[in-house]
Amino acid sequence: MAGREFFNTETSILNTKNLQAGFFIGGKFYPAIEDINIEIKPGKVVCVVGESGSGKSVTALSIMSLLPKENGSIQEGEILFEGRNLVDLSQDDMNEIRGKDIGMIFQEPMTSLNPVFTIGFQVQEVLLNHLSISKSEARERSIQLLRQVGISRPEEIVDEYPHQLSGGMRQRVMIAMAIANNPKLLIADEPTTALDVTIQAQILELIKEIQKKMNMAVMLITHDLGVVAEMADEIIVMYAGQIVEQSDTYSIFYNPKHPYLKLLLQSIPRLDENRERLDSIKGIVPSLTNIDRTGCRFTDRCPEAKDECRQISPQLAELGGGHKVRCLLYKESYPTEKAVTNR
Amino acid sequence: MLTYTLRRIAVMIPIMILLSMVVFSLAKMMPGDALSGRIDPTNSSPEYISAMKEKLGYNDPVHIQYLRWMNDILHGDFGNSFIHKMPVSQLIGLRVYNTLFLTLLALFFTYIFAFIMGMYAGKHPYTLGDNMIATYNYLGFALPSFFAGLMAIYLFALKLQWVPASGSIGTGVDVNTIAFYVSKLKHTILPALVLGMLSTAGYTQFLRNDIIESSRKDYVRTARAKGTSESIIYNKHILRNSIIPIVTFLGFDIGGLLGGAVITETIFTYPGIGSLFIDSLTNRDYSVVMTITMMLSIMTLIGNLIADLLYGVVDPRIRLD
Repeated sequence: MAGREFFNTETSILNTKNLQAGFFIGGKFYPAIEDINIEIKPGKVVCVVGESGSGKSVTALSIMSLLPKENGSIQEGEILFEGRNLVDLSQDDMNEIRGKDIGMIFQEPMTSLNPVFTIGFQVQEVLLNHLSISKSEARERSIQLLRQVGISRPEEIVDEYPHQLSGGMRQRVMIAMAIANNPKLLIADEPTTALDVTIQAQILELIKEIQKKMNMAVMLITHDLGVVAEMADEIIVMYAGQIVEQSDTYSIFYNPKHPYLKLLLQSIPRLDENRERLDSIKGIVPSLTNIDRTGCRFTDRCPEAKDECRQISPQLAELGGGHKVRCLLYKESYPTEKAVTNR
Repeated sequence: MLTYTLRRIAVMIPIMILLSMVVFSLAKMMPGDALSGRIDPTNSSPEYISAMKEKLGYNDPVHIQYLRWMNDILHGDFGNSFIHKMPVSQLIGLRVYNTLFLTLLALFFTYIFAFIMGMYAGKHPYTLGDNMIATYNYLGFALPSFFAGLMAIYLFALKLQWVPASGSIGTGVDVNTIAFYVSKLKHTILPALVLGMLSTAGYTQFLRNDIIESSRKDYVRTARAKGTSESIIYNKHILRNSIIPIVTFLGFDIGGLLGGAVITETIFTYPGIGSLFIDSLTNRDYSVVMTITMMLSIMTLIGNLIADLLYGVVDPRIRLD
């Protein structure tokens, strides 16, 4: 077992261990994510899916050490990036990694660019932060980068301002900035949510193409299962701050285990079915301050809930073949003796 | 930008005409007239008074009087001051440099302190330093300038004797020597500090709040994700956005440059436009009052125009082609 651990950290680019992060609200700490173990290997695309409020973005921001500094905090666990624990690093040390080894794309391209600086300035900044090159070299490189992400007339666009660009173009600029220094890991936090459907496909295609070309590891956060099916090597399903199911793409779509995932998959429209209404999951994700931390967090919305689901907190357990699930329908998920007596 | 500027200036012309009508009517409506300021009605014969009224044109219809006044103004003749016995333009010319010096110096203090304190408080909100700055701001808002002015005179001029208490120039210094300018500065620095430090409060609080708001914007998170250092994020990314609303203040400031500070100038008996305005009002020296009012109105229009043009410079989203 110890040997396997060592092997894992060696070959994976990112490895979070029992990560717990959250927010102080009214002086009390509320974990937004708990017990998060994610491993990403070089060149692989890992998709994190879940509804709003499931903790996807908090996971990404924790990795980047970008949680709001007023009240956000990582309380437990490790984030091993190439063997270094990012949790222990100062903001100055993180600045060396952010934008260089890890690039990030955000959900909202309309507000993610600074409105008062030119596109060129904003792309050059990420280059100048990490490379010792001259401004004119940085400008040349940023024009190349803009061309690489499919922006036509990049020579003119560098001197334009964000408001002169469409949402899709701005997201391409964001991608250009994120990949400018050939990062080993790209974190994309719902990169297509705010875009038109036609643009969504183009942006995903672009991320996929760049990922292949640069052999980058990608952590793609989305609530769109269609996106996931196209991109992912591995899928992590989150609910209310916990990972509830984790497996390769094929198993997730063709052999879902958790009732939540099954319901999610039923809510996708399909061409080969003629339905008046799409199924939806009743209820909503509990808010951060309202999560009942005893028992399974999906109990209230779960069609297959049993009485004990309210009392026993299921563990994320492997069912075989790397397929993990956190649900009491599977005996593997029952907590071990030690965990029970702890409660 | 040029066509926009020209269009804005063209729009200013009807506004100015309207303004001149308002100023003229207000002056007409005020009790008394130039005659009662110039001659003693109890000692003059009624024939003389009516003859003078006829001579000064006070018996003409109001619109004729207005047109005559406008015609004179357009020819650069603002009339004579009855009190100071000299053309108004000459009188204002004597005072305007004092006022300009005072207001520019005060603005300099305002902006320097506002930027230092506002940026500090915005970067470290809800800390001891921020609270101390907030306390200072409340004082700045609450203290009337005549009180602060008197306190400053008592402390720095009478007790510590660092600077003179009043006036704008010492006696016995020759014009345009170094001693002349030092004396000017010594006389102006105290009223400028009082004026500047009091108005700092609004700017500081505004800048602080805008910096706090900007620091929560998505583009700040993007800058952090690029590995940009905190100091560059605050001094460049955030500040560049937070000066946009400050430009509104700058427009008012430019408008007020020549107006001077009526109360502060009076407290310090500083011979500027502000104190001239108050003196002329109490003495019914209407040609001076009308000229200063017109001048302030025009300066306000120009200040607004400059602010609007500056918006385009600091904010590319409203850049005008």
